[in-house]
Amino acid sequence: MATDVHRPVTSAAPAAVRVDGLIRAFDGRPVIDGLRLDVRPGEFVALLGRSGCGKSTLLRVLAGLDREIEGTVLVPRRKAVAFQAPRLMPWKRVWRNVVLGLDGKPERAVAERALDEVGLGHRARAWPKTLSGGEAQRASLARALVREPDLLLLDEPFGALDALTRVRAQRLVGELWQRRGCAVLLVTHDVEEAVLLADRVLVMDRGVIAHEQRVDLDRPRDITDPRFAALRAGLLERLGVEAPTPASASASTPASAAAATSASTAAASAAATVPARTAT
Amino acid sequence: MSISHAPPPPPSPDISGEATEEIPETGAVPPPELVPLVPASARRARVPRWLRRTTGPLLLLVLWHLLSVTGVLSDDVLASPGTIARVAGDLVEDGSLPSAMGVSVQRVAVGLLLGTLVGTGLALVSGLFRIGEDLVDASVQMLRTVPFVGLIPLFIIWFGIGETPKLALITLGVSFPLYLNVYAGIRGVDTQLIEAGESLGLSRWGLVRHVVLPGALPGALTGLRYSLGIAWLALVFAEQINADAGIGFLMVQARDFLRTDVIVVCLIVYAFLGLLADLAVRTLERLLLQWRPTFTGR
Repeated sequence: MATDVHRPVTSAAPAAVRVDGLIRAFDGRPVIDGLRLDVRPGEFVALLGRSGCGKSTLLRVLAGLDREIEGTVLVPRRKAVAFQAPRLMPWKRVWRNVVLGLDGKPERAVAERALDEVGLGHRARAWPKTLSGGEAQRASLARALVREPDLLLLDEPFGALDALTRVRAQRLVGELWQRRGCAVLLVTHDVEEAVLLADRVLVMDRGVIAHEQRVDLDRPRDITDPRFAALRAGLLERLGVEAPTPASASASTPASAAAATSASTAAASAAATVPARTAT
Repeated sequence: MSISHAPPPPPSPDISGEATEEIPETGAVPPPELVPLVPASARRARVPRWLRRTTGPLLLLVLWHLLSVTGVLSDDVLASPGTIARVAGDLVEDGSLPSAMGVSVQRVAVGLLLGTLVGTGLALVSGLFRIGEDLVDASVQMLRTVPFVGLIPLFIIWFGIGETPKLALITLGVSFPLYLNVYAGIRGVDTQLIEAGESLGLSRWGLVRHVVLPGALPGALTGLRYSLGIAWLALVFAEQINADAGIGFLMVQARDFLRTDVIVVCLIVYAFLGLLADLAVRTLERLLLQWRPTFTGR
């Protein structure tokens, strides 16, 4: 079930992201240390990890915002980012924020189409200060989507939202992804969110992808499904959160995660290649 | 997995109805005494605020008038309010005050324009470019500590006694607060927004235009307000030296003839013009900064 990403790259396979041997160090301390990552076009990948494990750094590298790197990083020319904070320019009306940075002189209609898609068409002329948290985050999503990206990078975009808004925003992202068919890399610390949305969940630890979990549940996914709960529990264990039942005392520690990494390198050639995306 | 939060089911779904009956049963704690909270509107004084606020200055004016009428304040020390009003009317009628105001306002306007260009230009150079910062900032910060009024003698030697030293003094005074505030505004732009702009594919110039400059605008307008205050101050100093026109010239002349009434009129005109200038900047802020979350005008 759980395979490791340290498998041979078949160069023929199309990719939306190809990272190999990536190293990013802060003051000599590597945060990302020889990381390898492949994302297929149209694939939804969630990246989990404890805080400070380097998952946001990885996203910034893929977004091209951090170039102090070593190794190979291949990303599509058309990529877009939605950050944890909406990061709208407060001095531009919502629709101008959406078209900011587009080539040429984009029409307002272009922005309105993207805003309609996230259910914000009626707020096109509003100032960002008048938006609620959820609305601002959706505007930020529209700003990313209007670029028609081949790769959409989401950096904990639901982290600052309240629980109800978060559920709706997650659903929206799931729908948009199915409609657009772009590859998505979602950085999150919410295991449930990862299992809910992703085709593949990666766990980052010690600067590498330490664990990979395919999610083959049908969409839309049901969090009360026992298989969902099992996946969730397994990932939580990987993240070092002990399951509440005393039976599963074998909670993963950094040591066991490291063991998994070294074991996986040996078994790399034996690891199965990931089958094609199942979701529509 | 999850902790059970569910309490034992309450005896009745309607808790509020039940509560009044249950209180006596608890027994030990006596019920607190309830005090009615009066709506704020009921306690408000009848006199409107603006009237109360104008009462103070008006009382002062009346006191001044009484002191003048009773002879405690002689005309040589301070003319009475009535005299001042009359003199102001005369000065407007014979055209000396309007022409003086025209000259003074023009000096401030030109000085402010030049100072804005110099201050903002230098701030852009040192705010946007590392090398500009290295070359410009240290020198400006050093010059800033020199009291610009102290440069008057030097300016007279350099530029003579015509309009040039006056304009130069105002320009100099205006440049520094603008420089400091625009520079701080540029450097204070949220790096998260700059990063967002980068991720949207903005070029360097695009970043400056769409992110840095709008972000520095609030600081720039604060600088402009400081600058206006300093511009009037510089004007007063500049017009006291060898002026042959302007409000300062009127004042110097009045001093020579012990005309305190004219001096007070001139002071009032200075205050009035300063107020107008401040109003202009406030209007500018209202137009340009309506996007600000803290903005409460409108």
